Amino acid sequence: MSHRVALAGNPNTGKSTLFNLLTGLRQHTGNWPGKTVVRAEGELRTDNHTFQIIDLPGTYSLYSNSADEEVARDYIIFEKPDITLVVVDATSLERNLNLALQVLEMTKNVIVCVNLIDEARRKGITVDKKELSRRLGVPVVLLSAREKIGVIQLMKTMDQMVDGKISTDPYLIPYEEEVEKKIEEMEPRIKEIFGDSMPSRWLALRLLDGDKNLLQALKTYIRDPQSVEIKHEPAQGGCCHGA
Amino acid sequence: MESKPIYQFHKGDRLEITSVQVEGVMRRRLLDLGFVRGAVIDVVQKSPLGDPIAFRVFNTSIALRREESSLIHAVKMEEDSEVKVQ
Repeated sequence: MSHRVALAGNPNTGKSTLFNLLTGLRQHTGNWPGKTVVRAEGELRTDNHTFQIIDLPGTYSLYSNSADEEVARDYIIFEKPDITLVVVDATSLERNLNLALQVLEMTKNVIVCVNLIDEARRKGITVDKKELSRRLGVPVVLLSAREKIGVIQLMKTMDQMVDGKISTDPYLIPYEEEVEKKIEEMEPRIKEIFGDSMPSRWLALRLLDGDKNLLQALKTYIRDPQSVEIKHEPAQGGCCHGA
Repeated sequence: MESKPIYQFHKGDRLEITSVQVEGVMRRRLLDLGFVRGAVIDVVQKSPLGDPIAFRVFNTSIALRREESSLIHAVKMEEDSEVKVQ
C-alpha cells in the first residue's frame, strides 16, 4: 500500500520544484472537487516504500479561508495524510514558520523541509538543523530542490517515519491563560464527539476563533460518514470531504 | 514615543508595529502576512496619490490600502537602532 504525503508550504518556497523532483514524470494534475484550485499528485518510490505525493496549494496560512487555504486545511484535517512535508524558505524562516507552526498543531507526522539552503548560504545564512528540529519537535531536513541536495536524506526520513522509527513531539504554541483554560474545558467534549480522529486542541482553538467556515466543513464531515470510510481505500484518487 | 497609523509615516521610515485593529478575515490575513505586534516593517513606496502604500514585512513587499493601513499602528524606530535581521 502506498503512503500519502502532503506537501505544504508558503508560495515561492520551491515546493513545486521539490514535488517535481520527488515524483518525476509519474504525476497527474486536475482540480480539487468543486474548487478552481489545481491539484497535482504523483508517485515516489523509495528503497522501502511507495508514496503518493499530493501538492497542496502554496499558502501563508491555513486560516484565512481563501479557496487555496481551505483545500490545504481540509486535506490535512480530514484526509489525514501519513506524512505532511512543510516546505519552508531558508532565507526567510521567520515568515515561513507561521505555517509550519499551524501544521504542527494539526498533525504529529510532520517533516520540516528547509529548502533553498544554497541560496541561504550565499546570503550568509546558516540554519541550525539540530536546534530547529529540537525546538519544533519534528525532523528537519535541509534541502536545495533545485540543486538536488538533501533529497536522499528526505526520502530516508520519510521511510523512517512510516516505519514508525521516528517519534515526534510537535511544538504547541502556549496561549494566554484565559485561552488555555477554555481549551482545557473544551477538549474533553471534543474528544467525546470525535475521539482521536481530530486534533482536539486545534479544534478547540478554531472554535474559540469563531471559524465558521471550518464549522461548515465539520458539519459536512459529520453528516457524511461515507466520506470518512472511503478515505482509507487506496484505490480512491483522493478527494475533498463529501464535496 | 507616539504611535500612529502606519500610512502617516514617510517613505524610508522603519517602524515597529504596536497594534493591529483590523477585524475579521482581513485581520487574520494581515497577521499571516506578518503585520503582527512587535514586527519591524519599512515604508517602501507610496503611490502618487498616497494610496496604496507598499511596506516591507519579513522580506516581502506588501501594498496596503488606506482602509487597512489606517487601522495598523506603529512607532518610528530610531535611525541608529539595531537593524533586525530579516
